[in-house]
Amino acid sequence: MKITINGEAKELRDGLSITELLVVENVEMPEMVSVQLNDEFLKQDEYAATIVKEGDDINFLYFMGGGA
Amino acid sequence: MIKIPQNVYDDIVAHALKDAPIEACGYLAGLNGEVKYAIAMKNIDNSAEHFSFDPQEQFDAFKKTQKEGLRLLAAYHSHPETPARPSEEDIKLAYDPSISYLIISLAGETPDVKSFKIKNGIVEKEEITYE
Repeated sequence: MKITINGEAKELRDGLSITELLVVENVEMPEMVSVQLNDEFLKQDEYAATIVKEGDDINFLYFMGGGA
Repeated sequence: MIKIPQNVYDDIVAHALKDAPIEACGYLAGLNGEVKYAIAMKNIDNSAEHFSFDPQEQFDAFKKTQKEGLRLLAAYHSHPETPARPSEEDIKLAYDPSISYLIISLAGETPDVKSFKIKNGIVEKEEITYE
């Protein structure tokens, strides 16, 4: 299937969940990323049950924070 | 090395001074190590000792830069009363190894800006070139 990940067109096997997608994309500390699927935020407990479909637009960004 | 135009340096220092004593934070957008502009972000912690980006603003900034053919090269934040070096919390929460982490210290008589790469808890200072 053809999808877009963080602005890049990619072709990946069908049936991947968001959890599996983050592994395929070598995302370190996946629990610290926020994910948007077609411009909608996904909750972390939705990752495993959310199956990526042809044409989906997926973006993920790391939590950004710190202290003085 | 990261290249920062003088006007962008001025923008992030002005942001830090304006928000003090609250920590200011934002992104630097550009390409191939050359910063084009700063994107001021809301510090949703509204704290003098902590900062967190708003996730929706993060995605908005990300998509804007993508459309422009640019990338988010760095995240910056201010240390209103402490030096320009990553704190333990900064290091612990630096999850993205692909970007630079800039710190603007207001602790001295004049602002001090330094850049770092942080990966797996290892901090490396990064040279800043001003244009």
